[in-house]
Order: sequence, then C-alpha cells, then structure tokens
Amino acid sequence: MKIWTRATLAALLMGAAAPAMAEECIAPANPGGGWDFTCRQIGRIMTELGITPNLVQVTNLAGAGGGVAFTQIVADRNEDAEVFVAASSATTTRLAQNAFAGASADQVRWVGTIGGDPGVIVVAKDSPFQNLNDLVAAVKADPTKVTFAGGSAVGGFDHLKVLMTMDKAGFEDARAVKYIGLDGGADAITQTVGGFTQAMTGDLSEVTGFIKSGDVRAVAVLSDARVPGFDDVPTAKEQGVDIVAMNWRGIYVPKGISDDAYAKWVDTLKKVGESEQWKTVMAENGLAPYTVLGADFETFVTENIAQIQEISKEIGLLQ
Amino acid sequence: MDILSNLAMGFEIAASPYTLLLAVIGAFVGTIIGALPGLGPSNGVALLIPISFSLGLDAISALVLLTSVYYGAMYGGRISSILLNIPGDEPAMMTTLDGYPMARQGMAAEALVVSGVASFVGSFLATVGLMIFAPYLAGVAYKFGPAEYFALYMLAFCTLGGMGSNNQAKAALAAAIGLAISMIGLDKTTGMPRFTFGQLHLMDGIDFLVAIVGLFAVVEVFFFIESHGSNSAIGVKLGKILIPWKMLKQTSGAMLRGTGIGFIAGVLPGAGASLGSFLAYMGEKSLSSDKASFGKGNPRGVAAPEAGNNAAAGGALVPMLTLGVPGSGTTAVLLALLLTLNITPGPLLFSERPEVVWSLIAALLIANVVLLLMNVPMVKIFVHILSVPAWILLPGVTMVAFVGIYSLTGSGFDMLMMVGFGVLGYVMKKLDMPTVPVILGILLGNAMEDNLRRAMVLSNGDWKILFSSPISIGLWIAAVLGFIAPLVLRRFLKKPPLPQTDPMANED
Repeated sequence: MKIWTRATLAALLMGAAAPAMAEECIAPANPGGGWDFTCRQIGRIMTELGITPNLVQVTNLAGAGGGVAFTQIVADRNEDAEVFVAASSATTTRLAQNAFAGASADQVRWVGTIGGDPGVIVVAKDSPFQNLNDLVAAVKADPTKVTFAGGSAVGGFDHLKVLMTMDKAGFEDARAVKYIGLDGGADAITQTVGGFTQAMTGDLSEVTGFIKSGDVRAVAVLSDARVPGFDDVPTAKEQGVDIVAMNWRGIYVPKGISDDAYAKWVDTLKKVGESEQWKTVMAENGLAPYTVLGADFETFVTENIAQIQEISKEIGLLQ
Repeated sequence: MDILSNLAMGFEIAASPYTLLLAVIGAFVGTIIGALPGLGPSNGVALLIPISFSLGLDAISALVLLTSVYYGAMYGGRISSILLNIPGDEPAMMTTLDGYPMARQGMAAEALVVSGVASFVGSFLATVGLMIFAPYLAGVAYKFGPAEYFALYMLAFCTLGGMGSNNQAKAALAAAIGLAISMIGLDKTTGMPRFTFGQLHLMDGIDFLVAIVGLFAVVEVFFFIESHGSNSAIGVKLGKILIPWKMLKQTSGAMLRGTGIGFIAGVLPGAGASLGSFLAYMGEKSLSSDKASFGKGNPRGVAAPEAGNNAAAGGALVPMLTLGVPGSGTTAVLLALLLTLNITPGPLLFSERPEVVWSLIAALLIANVVLLLMNVPMVKIFVHILSVPAWILLPGVTMVAFVGIYSLTGSGFDMLMMVGFGVLGYVMKKLDMPTVPVILGILLGNAMEDNLRRAMVLSNGDWKILFSSPISIGLWIAAVLGFIAPLVLRRFLKKPPLPQTDPMANED
C-alpha cells in the first residue's frame, strides 16, 4: 500500500513539476503595469530570439507592491531555475524600506537591467521657475512655499527623486521638502497644471504627452545625457546638480539556483537587451538605454539600497 | 460638422463584421462577469488583457473587445443585485436597495427592464457627452485639488444619513466602520503601513470586492442556513414578463437626472462609478415627493443609480483619454492596456491619434446598442434563474464568488477575510444596520483621507484651505444641506404620515 501511495505522490509531483519546466516570468502586479510589460516583452523576445523554444509563461502575482511575489520566490521556489521576476526601482525602494515583511535584497539574485525610464522634474507652463536652479533656489528660500507632486506614496521612488535632487543641490533638510503622493504620474500632473502644486516628479514616459502638448515644461531630466526626442530638456547634471535617477527595468531570479544557471540568465538578458526587438520596444515606450548586468548589477542594487536607506532614515521612514 | 465626420471615420474603422463580432462577444462576456459577484469590471477587463494579447488583436480590436466588456460589466452588475440582493460589482450596490424589493414583489422582470433601459440611457448619453465635450471637460480635472476632492467626498458621506435605515445613527456607525477598515494598509502620506500586523496581504488595504461579497453574498448564505431557507432572500415571485412602458415613462426623469449626476462624477478622476450611482440615488430620493417608498421597491430607485453608474463609466473615459488619469479602477486597467498598445492617452491623443479615439467612441456606441438588444430580451432568461431552488443557487453563487475573490490575489487570506465580512454583515443585519455605508466607507475613505492630508501639506496645516475655492464652498454647502435636510424634512413628513401609496399599485 505504502508503495502505491508513494508512487501516486511521485506521479503527482511530476505532474506538478512538468509545467514548471518552461520558463516562467512572474509579474508582481496586475496585467498592464510596468512589471507586466517587462515580463511580456522580455518573454516575447526570448522566444523570438530562439533562446527558449516555447512561449514564456507570464504569471501575474499582485500584492503588497511586489512583496507577495518576492516572499513567495524566497519561501517556495528558491531553487527553481526556470523562473524570473520582473523588477524595477520600486522593488529596491521597498526592499530598502523593509516593506516586504522582513525580506531583504540578498535573498534573491539580481540578474540585471536593460532599460530605464529617466526621472524628470516638470512645472506648469506658466510657472515662474525657468530651470532647475530656480526651483532649488525657491525651496532653499522657503521650503513651505514649494510643494512637489508625484505618482508614488511618501518614501516611494518619485518622492526619493525629489529628495535626492535637493540633497545633491545642497538642501540638507529632507523633512522640510513638501511632497504629496498621488495615484500615478498623470494624476500628479493635473495637480501641477491646476496650480495646486508647484512642481511634479515622475518618469519621463508618464509625462511625454503633457510636455509635447505644452501644458508643462520639463526643467530637468535626471539621466546621464539628454534623452533622444527630448533634446531641448537639459539634464540635472548640466545644471550643476549631479543626480541620475532611472526607473530601471530588470529581473531577479531565486537565490538557490546554481552559478551556471545564474550565468545563463545574465547571458539571456544580455542577448535580449542587445536585440533589435528590444531597441524598438524601448523607443516605442520612452525607455532610455540603461544596461547593468550580473555582478555589476548586484553591486548596483546593494549601493542603491544603501542610498535609499540613508534618505529614508532622514525623513523618518526607517529607524 | 467636425464631430459627425470624425464619427463617420470611427464607424468606418470599428464597424467591420469582425469588430462587431468582438463587440457582441465582449458585451456578452462582460454581462456575465458583471453579474457574477466577486468578478467586477476591473478584474474582468484585467483577466481579458492577456487573452487579447495571445489572440494577437490589433489595437482597435483589443479596445473594442475590452470596452464592450467594461460596458457589459456595468450592465450586468444589476442582474444579481435585483435577483439575489447580491451586487455583481461595486457600482451596482445601490441597485439592491430598490431592485431587490421590486423582485420580491414579483416585479423582477420589470426591475430588470427598467434598469437595463436606464443603463442604456446612462451610457449612451455619457458616450455622446464624451464625444462632444471631452476636449472641454479635460480642464475640469485641473480645477479639482485636494480640498475640492475632500469636499466632494464629504458630500457623499453627509447624504448617507438619508439612507436605507431609518436610524441615522446606525448609518453613521456603519460608515464609521467602513472608514476604519479603509485605514488599513500603506498610508500614502507617511509611507508607513497601518494596522497590517506585518501581514503582506494587508499592505494594499482591503479590497472592496472582498467586503462586498462578504457583506452581501456570504450574509445571504448565513441567513439561509439560520432560517432553513424559509427566510431566504431568494424565493421571489415571478410575474408576467412584459415591457413596462408606463414604468419606463415614469422613470425617464430619474434616468436623465441619474445620467447627469453620474456623468459628472465619472468625469472627476477619483470619484468613479460607485460615487456616481450613490449620488444619483440620493439625489433622486431627495427630489422625490414620496421618500418613504425608496428602499421598498420604487422603480425610480432602480433607474437613477443604474443610469448613474453607467453614465459614470462613460464619463470616466474623459479624464482617461484626455489626461491619462484613470477615473476608476476599471479605467486604470484600460489605461494600462492603451499604454501596452503603444497608445499614450493624454492631451494630444485627440489630435494625434484621432482614429483610435473615434473608433473607440464608435465601438462604445455599438456596444451599447448590442447590450440593450441583448439585455432586454435576455431578461426572460435571467428571471428563470429564480426558478432554481435557493439551496442550489445560493451555494453556487457563493462558490463563484469565492473563485472570483481567489482570482484577485491568489491567496486564501482574502477568502478568510471575506467570511469575516460575512460575519460582520450578519451581525449588522441582525442589528438592523445598513451595510451599504460600510462599503462606501471602504471605497471612498482612503481617497478622502489622502486628499485631506494632501490639502494640509499644501497649506502647511491651515484648515482654511478646505474652504478656499468657489467649488469647494459649493460642495460644502451641498454637503451641509444634504446632512440637515433629512433631519428637518423627516419632522415635516412624519406629522402627516404619508399615505402608503405604492407607485406601482395603479399599474397592475
């Protein structure tokens, strides 16, 4: 009898394991968001490049801003070499702030990023602020007079962009910078166009339409160099504020997989990132090239998290 | 006429047999999704996005499919509200108040037809409104800052007193429970989790679908068990099925008023269909001369919220298309779809991609007609659901609800919470407390709090900002009137007890 039970169990396990043989991408949010986009595009290109013979299955596992997916990978699928998870700046921000119920970044392996959405600071078209330095000067003069709007909650990436910019510009008192978090970048823009807030921060892709229609003016883009298509928008660096804030698009894989399997993932992502298809996808969606892979990326994540933790402590989000 | 030629272009693109077929499929699937408790328009649309990708649909076909699912779900929500007293989705919540009593009086078919026509009127006029006014209405969102939104939500809560239960204190207590529940989750203004007890599943707050299914569907099951079926909600009489022309005529005013209120609520990002149907219902009730009949099966109490929520669904497309700001959960999903199709909604959409906008509008008009044609004859079929014995129907519906809730996050946690809400609802019903205010609290509480605190950040803590613009002052006046009016009016109404005229009595 016992043998039969075991055999059945084995059969069941094999049945359960069989579908997992195909590559699976977990998007830690509902269909349509940035993570879902990462999964679907990378998955599609992997198939088109012949890296994987079958279609990459996309699973949407929403909850707690990616926390549900993260903890599930750590707890249940630590040795699954076929699964990868979409990630972005939001993932590291939340990890830094300990928002994943105690999970930490070293519980998974970071594969890399192959594109980024540059941060941008915009003001209403009739705003008195002509460039980033005007805005910084106004905050320095009286921080209670300038409110920033952004698409993420306090402590989220949009808020951190403001704080990091102000910090680099020499304004130390992070707590004094006024910020309101709205439900997404477009919502934040309406508050700025309506004159309720003086400036808005977000990802460039979120504000493209409003910049082109002339409702808002971009005072600075937070990238290394000017972004093609937005050649008249100066970078913060040009204006003397040394800040780069990219909302990167990348992936992580479980910690327990072999080094070979990890190297294979890095190689896969590299191939996807270099493909023509990905370049088209980036151009169509307002992403700028931003490639960091393998060990470099693991260092990047560690540094990124340390930086966010420092700011979060300043504003009292972390003890 | 510019609009007409644009519309003609839209129809040219959208009215191919293939897209028409997609519209019919979408409308049908949407109606079913809407009618099933636990599956609302937003997760219905979300579920279909991957399908439309794997079908390889082009941008316009995908839009046609998903918007007809969206509109279909808005139509479908009323069906289970009326027949089972379980709202199929959150905007259909108000329809239970009068729709279900109508069904118990043997007028299920009438209620379904009236609400179906009201849905059509609401969404058709809203689509026309979208077509004509969208570019002008885009600016409305710029006029609403945190203070104005806060006043708008206050208006909704102030009119709560006049709801279902005769005891204002009970309605207020129920709303307070809802507001308390809405506190759970990540606090946007400090970035800190509140009342989550380290539970990741509580970080996003409590999904109102979980609350609705718990407070309505699970409660019905509990009552069914307690009374061994005799006191069950189900077991309504089946009347004869005719198109109630007289009733339609009677309620036409309610439909139009509901459409107006709903459309405005929809246009304001952050208000959404639930607020639209709620305000439409309360507005209709306060205008009516026979307030006492509301909540007891007044067809106007069915027509107004249904027109309201469907008009809001159309209205919500205005900020979505012109600003890229989703006015509701469902438009947020649609927005995401547009972005993945490489269409960026925003101020330039109407001038840069007119073919997308106008074929979408054409698709909406087509979907609407399809839905009307589908819904009115289908009333006969829907009504037959009631001939299924309650001991089969109720567990079945609950099972579907469980699956729907499970599909939200794929965790058992939500299902336990849903049962918890069932217990809460059971206790509340025993105490004769209305459950609708709880849902309203959960739906609007978070946004109301966020906006209040944003306003405080903007003004450096100066309360005067709340009354600093003509719009917010107007809303506050309406809110105060809405709060006081029922108190004063009741005194007048109570003295000469209204003759219990059933507005339907002279019809049969």
